[in-house]
Amino acid sequence: MKFIDEFRDPGHARALVRDIGATLERLGATAERPVQIMEVCGGHTHAIFRYALKDLLPASLEFVHGPGCPVCVLPMGRVDDCIAIARQPGVIFTTFGDAMRVPGSAMSLLQARAEGADVRMVYSPLDALAIARANPGREVVFFGLGFETTMPSTALTVLEAERQGVANFSLFCNHITITPTLRALLDTPDLNIDGFIGPGHVAMVIGSEPFDFIARDYGRPVVVSGFEPNDILQSLWMILRQLERGEAAVESQYARLVRPGGNPAALEAIARVFEAREFFEWRGLGSIDASGVRMREAYARFDAERRFAMPNLAVTDPAECQCGEVLKGLIKPSQCRVFGGRCRPETPLGALMVSSEGACAAYYQYARPDAEAAA
Amino acid sequence: MCLGIPGRIESISDASAKLAVVDVLGVRREVNIACVAPDGGPLEDCVGSWVLVHVGFAMSRIDEEEARLTLELLHALGEAQAEAAALREGARA
Repeated sequence: MKFIDEFRDPGHARALVRDIGATLERLGATAERPVQIMEVCGGHTHAIFRYALKDLLPASLEFVHGPGCPVCVLPMGRVDDCIAIARQPGVIFTTFGDAMRVPGSAMSLLQARAEGADVRMVYSPLDALAIARANPGREVVFFGLGFETTMPSTALTVLEAERQGVANFSLFCNHITITPTLRALLDTPDLNIDGFIGPGHVAMVIGSEPFDFIARDYGRPVVVSGFEPNDILQSLWMILRQLERGEAAVESQYARLVRPGGNPAALEAIARVFEAREFFEWRGLGSIDASGVRMREAYARFDAERRFAMPNLAVTDPAECQCGEVLKGLIKPSQCRVFGGRCRPETPLGALMVSSEGACAAYYQYARPDAEAAA
Repeated sequence: MCLGIPGRIESISDASAKLAVVDVLGVRREVNIACVAPDGGPLEDCVGSWVLVHVGFAMSRIDEEEARLTLELLHALGEAQAEAAALREGARA
């Protein structure tokens, strides 16, 4: 598989692991005082567990799993809004598969479907638009969520709906932006992170420049990374080299896909359809200024938020959930009081257990919680 | 959610909707190529390009030269280590 297998070469991985180990030693890192690197993106979290990268690396390097899993940070009130829309007569509610099992305050979309709501999983927002064309008598709503990676696809789908004159299609916009959230995280007083693995596919859209503030204002190295195992190892190696030289800069390991200024056509589509919200509520992290987008007035007729009645209530997470502490890297998933007990992938209590990109689900699937707890 | 798969643009299927047939791991699928379309130029210029496909959209072209440079660097790292090991070995002899 071109552009996949080349970045899984075991020889390259061994060379990187050796050099990472030597650099950690020179830095004086130990298992008790490890270098802590946050991978921002849930896709990286998943890859780190899937390829057992932690087992390849010395204990003097620790991954802190970041907030970059859009399904995980979606507040319960927003799921309730989805269900309220899906239950209205004549509505076909379409969504990516990831969002189906996210618990709302009473149920998930999957449960709403079992109770009769017409909820359909799609691979692409364009599939939702096709459903709208095929069902002119129904209202088809697409649940738009995700970071900047996914924003161009929903923006372009809305522009396509306009071009094709599809009047029964609308978008329930829950897109979020990563940089304000990283800033809020970096302002957390007890945060102990030495460097960041930057989200490669967000940077593919917005460029690597929007991450400059992390190096400039907070003095932390950032390396924008691809998603194959050697991409992640090489990014770690680049971060450690910066730490060794006492530098903090934004570098890209993923030059095959990321340009410093991002993708102009994608950015233009985003800017045409969306504008910043004053604030957006994140599950586990609370309200963060300018961290979400909504649809511009010009596209109001495609905006499900304007077209459908919904409760729009803030719902607090179950008190026993510690998703927020996990998201900030203050505790490991296995240290949460309900991990693996009342909160499991089949019956998730907290959002981090829902998506395979969530830190808790990844821990549950791949890591050994007993070994982790003893460590 | 943010993942993507490399694919190669094979043909343009609907120029007005900016749709192309893309071979993704041997599976042919219609994909929107608005984000990788050449500025003002004909869409056909994209045919043969490698792109990253995410939720039915080609999000970025894959720069084959940059991919080669990354692999070259990793290869050189392995070589340098082997050389250093041989030097150490030689010093002991």
